[in-house]
Amino acid sequence: MMISTTPSATSSSAPASTAHLLLRQWPFLITGLLFGVLLIKSEAASWYRIQEMFRFQSIHMYGLMGSAVLTGVITTTLLRRTGRRALNGDAIHVPAKTGPTSRYVLGGLIFGLGWGLAGVCPGPIFALLGSSLLPMLIVLAAALVGTWAFGAVQKLL
Amino acid sequence: MPELLRLLQEPWPWYVSGPLIGLTVPLLLLLGNRAFGISSNLRHACAILLPDSLKPSLFRHDWRAQSWNLMFAAGLILGGLVAATLMRDPQAAQLSGAAVQSLGALGVTVQPGLLPAELTDLSRPGTWGLLILSGLLVGFGTRYAGGCTSGHAITGLSTLQLPSLIATASFFAGGILSANLLLPLFLR
Repeated sequence: MMISTTPSATSSSAPASTAHLLLRQWPFLITGLLFGVLLIKSEAASWYRIQEMFRFQSIHMYGLMGSAVLTGVITTTLLRRTGRRALNGDAIHVPAKTGPTSRYVLGGLIFGLGWGLAGVCPGPIFALLGSSLLPMLIVLAAALVGTWAFGAVQKLL
Repeated sequence: MPELLRLLQEPWPWYVSGPLIGLTVPLLLLLGNRAFGISSNLRHACAILLPDSLKPSLFRHDWRAQSWNLMFAAGLILGGLVAATLMRDPQAAQLSGAAVQSLGALGVTVQPGLLPAELTDLSRPGTWGLLILSGLLVGFGTRYAGGCTSGHAITGLSTLQLPSLIATASFFAGGILSANLLLPLFLR
């Protein structure tokens, strides 16, 4: 199967229309759809399960995340060892997370404080919105304001 | 056939759905060398929505080069729709007895569906406070930490990155504090 993607390095020359640009990314729409189904059916998008997790009252979420990470470690190691290329010919490379540790600790704590309240992180916000839980629009709007606020004060942190 | 439908409607066990979630990381890498992470879409949305005069430098990036991720987010919404219509679970989550008891002590009864009335009933003032504060903290924190549960806890840990381990531990520290100390303030 041929997968066409954006000409990443050549985006400065003659920009394609936004709609065309998005349509060419259809394999990612399908992947997102499957992931959205998984978030709901695994109950990772369940407020009840998140509360249970933060009270250490069940193996469910720990097993879910643990087996996801284990699968990710094994498969990405295999990709690296075999030198496999992406379908568009790119060498596979995951960018390293850089920056001061304080960023991960403080940002992480703030994120966690929000996660423990409505029980949602960004993925479930979108998936729950799709399952017509419209109060998630309020969370999404607030998350956009929060993201903007970080951009506004970034230089002071 | 009714047997298959029942299997799709029931929650999927963690040892089935967990590995499938993990496979998203190599799948996106194979499809186009894309690093799995959902919160970047909030940044892209700010870049698209904000007028130039109100746009901090963080949002003056080339979001078009990341348009695959916007399609992924659109897919998430469709996936939620599919799961809620074709695979809706009529039962309430089968929580542990301890969890049912803890939530009961907060006045929350476990109902079918993914969210309790305390988060969906917009006639309660507490609901608005809970949803807004939660969103603000998640949005601010995820950009500060440079990723969310998908970018750090799944992709970052899968590629053995120390910053992602620190971020994930902090996500949990914040969540444990919040669920046990902050949440009760909104429910009582």
